[in-house]
Amino acid sequence: MQRYILVRLAQGLLTLLVLSMAVFLSSHLTGDPALYLLGPEGTQEDYEQLKKNIGLDKPLPVQYVVFLGNVVRGDFGTSPITGQSARDTLMERLPATLQLAGVAFLLTLIVGIPLGVLSAVKRDSIFDHLGKFFAVLGIAAPSFWVAIMLIMLFGAILGWLPTFGRGGIDHYILPAFVLSWGGMAGIVRLVRSSMLEVLDTEYVKFARIKGLPEQMVIYKHALKNAVIPALTFSGLTLAGLLNGSVAIEVVFAWPGIGRLLLQGITQRDFPIIQATVLAAGLFYVVVSLVVDILYAYVNPRIRYE
Amino acid sequence: MVTASNAEVGEVWWRLAYRRVRNLKLPWISVFIMLILLVCAGFAPLVAPHDPTEINILDGKLAPGENLNYPLGTDILGRDMLSRLIYGARTTVFISLVALGTGALAGTVIGLVAGFREGWFDAITMRAADAALGFPTILVAMVIVVIMGAGIESIILAVLLTVWARFARMIRGDVLSIKGMDYITAAKIAGVSMPMIIWRHVFPNTVNTLMIITSLQVGQVILLEASLSFLGLGLPVGEPAWGIMVSEGKAVILDVWWLSLLPGVAITVVVLAFNYFGDWMRDALDPKLRRL
Repeated sequence: MQRYILVRLAQGLLTLLVLSMAVFLSSHLTGDPALYLLGPEGTQEDYEQLKKNIGLDKPLPVQYVVFLGNVVRGDFGTSPITGQSARDTLMERLPATLQLAGVAFLLTLIVGIPLGVLSAVKRDSIFDHLGKFFAVLGIAAPSFWVAIMLIMLFGAILGWLPTFGRGGIDHYILPAFVLSWGGMAGIVRLVRSSMLEVLDTEYVKFARIKGLPEQMVIYKHALKNAVIPALTFSGLTLAGLLNGSVAIEVVFAWPGIGRLLLQGITQRDFPIIQATVLAAGLFYVVVSLVVDILYAYVNPRIRYE
Repeated sequence: MVTASNAEVGEVWWRLAYRRVRNLKLPWISVFIMLILLVCAGFAPLVAPHDPTEINILDGKLAPGENLNYPLGTDILGRDMLSRLIYGARTTVFISLVALGTGALAGTVIGLVAGFREGWFDAITMRAADAALGFPTILVAMVIVVIMGAGIESIILAVLLTVWARFARMIRGDVLSIKGMDYITAAKIAGVSMPMIIWRHVFPNTVNTLMIITSLQVGQVILLEASLSFLGLGLPVGEPAWGIMVSEGKAVILDVWWLSLLPGVAITVVVLAFNYFGDWMRDALDPKLRRL
């Protein structure tokens, strides 16, 4: 078990290291950082002075080590566009993304698991077919497009829900739903198939023969076993939320780090890019580490491998 | 393969062919949609009624059906929607084909070698594959765009970097089980070189898996390409790509609703078709993988 966690931990650190190299190189491969920081009005002397000030006259590996040291201390430098510290900007935007992802994740589980159970218990009924349709569409429809269509329907035509920015609970409904739909679809399918499998086992048959009420059989005996694969899958979903949130944040004008990153890319704001990419990478690595450990915990076969 | 039964002997050839095709239980709607997509992509200049980039301000904002000269309407600049959708199909097919093709090739080669040799090569590539499989693809794509700039090459590289891992993982799994077969041992004893064993004896047995993963991946690749185009990280604005078209319609959705609606429908329908086809292929070729 310890060995397993250590290996995963090393793997996660390595991923972050590769990512940090990529973002470090990104500012060097795409032009001269000093020239870029200086702007068009700088003189030759200013240029040399700036190079010395920020350590650009040193060899690349040395610069990387300095960069890494700063990053570990949480210093990403100052954005030349806004003049603000990239860390402060990141911290300002991070809660919005985490809240949206959290709500979407809860929605995935709260809607996905019951829908999967319903599909399995009432197999081939109208619920099953509707659930299947919902799942298949959730996987195939691009989320950014679904978002725009829902904004048109609920925001503009019906006027029921706010369509942009952050605010009360009603602001979360549309973006959280769109963000969670893909993962929800996966959970519905997974819970349905594992539930069908479990409902066919001897112990469920025995519980029924014993005369337990159907509710009890399903929720106490079947669901507990059927939900394990869904929970491990939900860890992957959490990482996937990060993926989807860039487009969703753009469409709903959500002030999170996805939009910050896209903005950073279009403005070539390297401190912002580096801060957001590394923060997102850290989030992903931590989440998948936690999921792996939980998985090993519930599944002893992995633990002793 | 189906062998000719007694009932089939003496039948007219076309009836026999018909029966055999029917026995495949192909998902016909999916196949039909895929064919339309491929025809649109391959013969875009012949199929499209107009030039997709030709601007006709006077004919701008025509709704679908309003003017039969433009069956699916026009955008704000008066460009024909149908032609733009058809050329968009070309963009989608081109990017998916190149990205998926190179991804499949790289992943297969890595998977074959990793599975056959094991040891350090296996350990390194499989750890890398695990990382690539889970890592947020949009993030990878955005880092690539920062380094290489927006463009088709960036999108292809981003898709490639995420797609290879699934091929490598699955093919490696296949190779591990094939490797223990007697005919591989026999080839080794006969002194056949490793590349030759892999190419002649191992690879042909992984083709099924290869086809299944490819067909299951197409939908994902199309969606990824569309998202990147939508975010403006791919082709320049104005080019006919479905993701860009959805994005162009975003601001004027109330006024010109079909601008975003139509390309989105196109993406959804095409991805649905490929997903159904992938499911069919998996069930037909390898029922063991049903829960992939």
